[in-house]
Amino acid sequence: MQELNDTLASLVERAQADIGRSEDLAALDAVRVAFLGKKGELTEQLKGLGKLSAEERPAAGQAINQAKQAVQQALEARKTALEDAVLAEQLKAEAVDVTLPGRGPATGGLHPVTRTRQRIEAIFAGAGFDVALGPEIEDDFHNFTALNIPPDHPARSMHDTFFFEDGKVLRTHTSPVQIRAMQSQGVPIRVIAPGRVYRCDSDQTHTPMFHQVEGLLVDENVSFANLKAVMHDFVEAFFEREMQMRFRPSYFPFTEPSAEMDILAESGKWLEIGGCGMVHPNVLTSVGVDPEKYTGYAFGMGVERLAMLRYGVDDLRLFFENDLRFLRQFA
Amino acid sequence: MKISEQWLREWVSPPGDTQQLAEQLTMAGLEVDGVESAAPDLDGVVIGKVLEKEQHPNADRLSVCKVDVGSGEPLQIVCGAANVYAGGIFPVATIGSVLPGDLKIKKGKLRGEESHGMLCSGVELGIAESAEGLLELPADLQPGTPVTEALQLDDQIIEVDLTPNRADCFCVLGVARDIAAFSGLEFTEPEVTAVAAVSDATLSVNIAPQDGCPAFAGRVIHDINPHAETPLWMTERLRRAGVRPLHPVVDITNYVMLELGQPMHAYDLNKLQGAVSARLAEHHEKLTLLDGQQVALGDDVMVIADSSGAIGMAGIMGGASTAVSDATTDIFFESAFFTPQVIAGRARRYGMHTDASLRFERGVDFAQQVRAIERATSLLLEIAGGQPGPVVDQRDSEALPKRDAVSLRRKRLDRLLGIQVPDAEVQAMFERLGFAVKAADDGWLVTPTSVRFDIEIEADLIEEVVRLYGYDKVPDIRSSSKTLLASSTESSVPWSRAAALLVNRGYTEAITYSFVDPEFQQMLLGEAEELPLTNPISVEQSVMRRSLWPGLLSAAEANRNRQQERLRLFESGSIFTSQGNEIEEQNVIAGVAWGRVLAEHWDDGKAANRVVDFFDTKADVEALLGLAAAADELNYVTSEHPTLRPGRTARIERNGVLVGWLGELHPRLARKMGLGVAPLLFELQLQPALAAKVPEYRTVSRFPVVRRDLAVMVSEEISAAEIVAVAEAAAGALLQETRVFDLYRGDSIEKGLKSVALGLILQETSRTLTEPEIDGVISSVVEGLSSKLNARIRE
Repeated sequence: MQELNDTLASLVERAQADIGRSEDLAALDAVRVAFLGKKGELTEQLKGLGKLSAEERPAAGQAINQAKQAVQQALEARKTALEDAVLAEQLKAEAVDVTLPGRGPATGGLHPVTRTRQRIEAIFAGAGFDVALGPEIEDDFHNFTALNIPPDHPARSMHDTFFFEDGKVLRTHTSPVQIRAMQSQGVPIRVIAPGRVYRCDSDQTHTPMFHQVEGLLVDENVSFANLKAVMHDFVEAFFEREMQMRFRPSYFPFTEPSAEMDILAESGKWLEIGGCGMVHPNVLTSVGVDPEKYTGYAFGMGVERLAMLRYGVDDLRLFFENDLRFLRQFA
Repeated sequence: MKISEQWLREWVSPPGDTQQLAEQLTMAGLEVDGVESAAPDLDGVVIGKVLEKEQHPNADRLSVCKVDVGSGEPLQIVCGAANVYAGGIFPVATIGSVLPGDLKIKKGKLRGEESHGMLCSGVELGIAESAEGLLELPADLQPGTPVTEALQLDDQIIEVDLTPNRADCFCVLGVARDIAAFSGLEFTEPEVTAVAAVSDATLSVNIAPQDGCPAFAGRVIHDINPHAETPLWMTERLRRAGVRPLHPVVDITNYVMLELGQPMHAYDLNKLQGAVSARLAEHHEKLTLLDGQQVALGDDVMVIADSSGAIGMAGIMGGASTAVSDATTDIFFESAFFTPQVIAGRARRYGMHTDASLRFERGVDFAQQVRAIERATSLLLEIAGGQPGPVVDQRDSEALPKRDAVSLRRKRLDRLLGIQVPDAEVQAMFERLGFAVKAADDGWLVTPTSVRFDIEIEADLIEEVVRLYGYDKVPDIRSSSKTLLASSTESSVPWSRAAALLVNRGYTEAITYSFVDPEFQQMLLGEAEELPLTNPISVEQSVMRRSLWPGLLSAAEANRNRQQERLRLFESGSIFTSQGNEIEEQNVIAGVAWGRVLAEHWDDGKAANRVVDFFDTKADVEALLGLAAAADELNYVTSEHPTLRPGRTARIERNGVLVGWLGELHPRLARKMGLGVAPLLFELQLQPALAAKVPEYRTVSRFPVVRRDLAVMVSEEISAAEIVAVAEAAAGALLQETRVFDLYRGDSIEKGLKSVALGLILQETSRTLTEPEIDGVISSVVEGLSSKLNARIRE
């Protein structure tokens, strides 16, 4: 028995040494065959069990099986190690440079005017203002007369209007949409009307086309104090910070009282952001609304103006040059 | 309007500095546009008296003067001005002073004679636009006095931007009155002393009450000194108001206008012929104006005329024939009231914009014609002497503007403002404005003054109350809002979704002008009726766009010129077409794709490393239209378009209705624009493209699909859409989908033919299809294709 144990011990030792020397799976398999194969050395030992006495056999069998297990374990361990190495090799070879850019089309972006307009729409949507639209080529009635600007009114000369031969005009403000919306929806009403407007004026600070957002709310018991609150809430929502605001008396034929709105910039300067006021009774009358029963407010703001203040753009003309290097900054 | 702070403060002087005054003006509704100093910093420039003047020994044009500047020893100053004389008072820039333009005054020698300073002109001091020689100053000024003090140059010019309703503030008096009312300071209208007539010379005047001249005051003044000069204090005030001094008589009329707001005119009496009348011009009546311009007037323009004809455009500009000149000794002052209606728009029609027309068209106080003429007379007597005749004041009070009492209801005031201004305060505000106020049962009855043309209805009074109360004092009050639910429609896909889709597919949004260059538009889109602006900014922006392509292609070109190699732009907006009298405005969305299909990439394969083609852009269009339309609603019809390349142009229809166009820019146009490779273009009408239906559920089949593939050979002219349509018609209801999965032209098939491979997907909702059924469908398809399209099955 001692002899067998010694033989097994040296056999296991040899097998472990051979396994340790195996550099690939094929070599390892050869070791397996040499020890555990049909004619392997440990298999031969098992075959020799028959020669032993019945008393000796169980112990010898156990010893041989233990040796076999030891070799098998070593084989498994080595196999795992060799496979891991192969995988590691493969992973290394197939590694990518994760810093390289991804493949496929890049996204574009919305124009900063659209981006700004959509924010304004979203803010007012929260207060129940629907979006109303109107034509850009307007008739005299909607652009002027219905807004309490009769022919030869001095306010017409402030508008630098573009005309067509038939007397129609390119709308000079989005205010005609007030009229159209009240005509089609009646009152009470709350709408905002974003869109392109046109003035015959072109220099560093004026482009002949720009965008306005007009707002209108008509209901019973709407007051100037309500207007101040809604505009103040708007600028704070738009600029996402507390804002000091100033309402200055001004003049628009279609509102009375009328105000210009300024916000206090971080520089300490007042910056104009738009005009507003209580809807003029003549305007309500022109669309068949009883000004005794209903009051309302209206406001108008320049979209480019708001975009410039929000994003720090310092040249109005950039909005219409469509330079991708400019546009992509807002994507 | 420019207004001198000094002048204003003579009338009313609220506490605080210039900045605070400007703030008050702005908050009173008289917006301050800017504030500038009346004169530059003139430290070291003092009053000098020339004691002696001698000819420079070495220079004919120079003189050597001894000048008293109030500091002991007189200074020797060399001077080149012709108007220097011993005894004259002039400004002296002493050594060390710095004049505008950074001119440092140093001790110097001029042709060998020492000079210790410089005698100055108005231009050199920065207080005049032009000058003939030195600025001569009044004799009573004390030598050595700083010029800033002596000329009261320590003044600020406040530029006020008046809104059209506030004509009353076109003068110092008006601004003072309003500031007093706003700040609650005492204010009394200025007393103007009547100047007694010393002769009975008058000129007969005919007014035209019904046509727009209900009041006209005139006065004859004889024997004025033709050599009189406008005093410095007056030219300074004119200058600070932005008015150029011209002639003492004219300067006086301008001064009175700036002071009281009444535009005046002065005629050379001896050039007038007969009585003076206000009347409407005769059609095409000719007149030469003061500025030399000749006009032919329309018959709605008011003129002042004498027996020779028109001698001035009333309330706008006088005529040349009766103008005062250096030789004038006898004058006739006009101080009239013309209604805003007869002046409005007239000046602009003749390309003019005068101080008088600006005031008259917005409304001038119709009660102060005589006051203005008295004021002008006393100024004239002071400056140029003269023998005034009596004031002749013609007026027809019936034709003058009315000032009716306007009712202001307490309740209405509270409701519209959202706050309560106390009764007494309301009353006091109107009184400060000079309005007559009477208590009424439910509020007040208020009669405005003749100077205010903007108070006709209750809202006008409410505006005055809140203006004087202070907009800033009105609190923010959030309305207790009724519950309002937003609307949300499924009848069309929102624009924002369409825009987001294009953005996600790589397009950047552009916004281009709605007016374009007609030549460029015609080159791109072909001839059609253009819709021109009558008053464009430039030819390049003179007609309305018929498509967004001109703008987008210009933007593409501009970006290419800035070294962009690839771009995808889209725009959405209105396009305009005009047919006869009908103008149609259509909302469209359009795009341009130019350059490589994908941006340059480190792993460019063959597929990525090519320029964008028709099918790349068609995929964008399909995705966009797919937001609202089912594939079977859409047809891409081979077609022709003047902008697009024949053979690569699709007219897009939805249920047979035109939705838009897709194609490659015509290579001829691409070459002309220097774009190299031609861009792809699309333009879709938003309404039909995004019109949507509420989805309707259909049963989803639980049974397996069967696919059969067919390759058919057809003539080149037959489109894939036709093949699919024929196959689907022949297959019947079991065919769920037809896929075109290959297209082959080449050696193995006959020339003029192409092979199209179809994948037919069959399915039934209620059961599994049987082989005979499937074979039946396939043979119907084959039969249909061969009979309708002469197709052959490719084995």
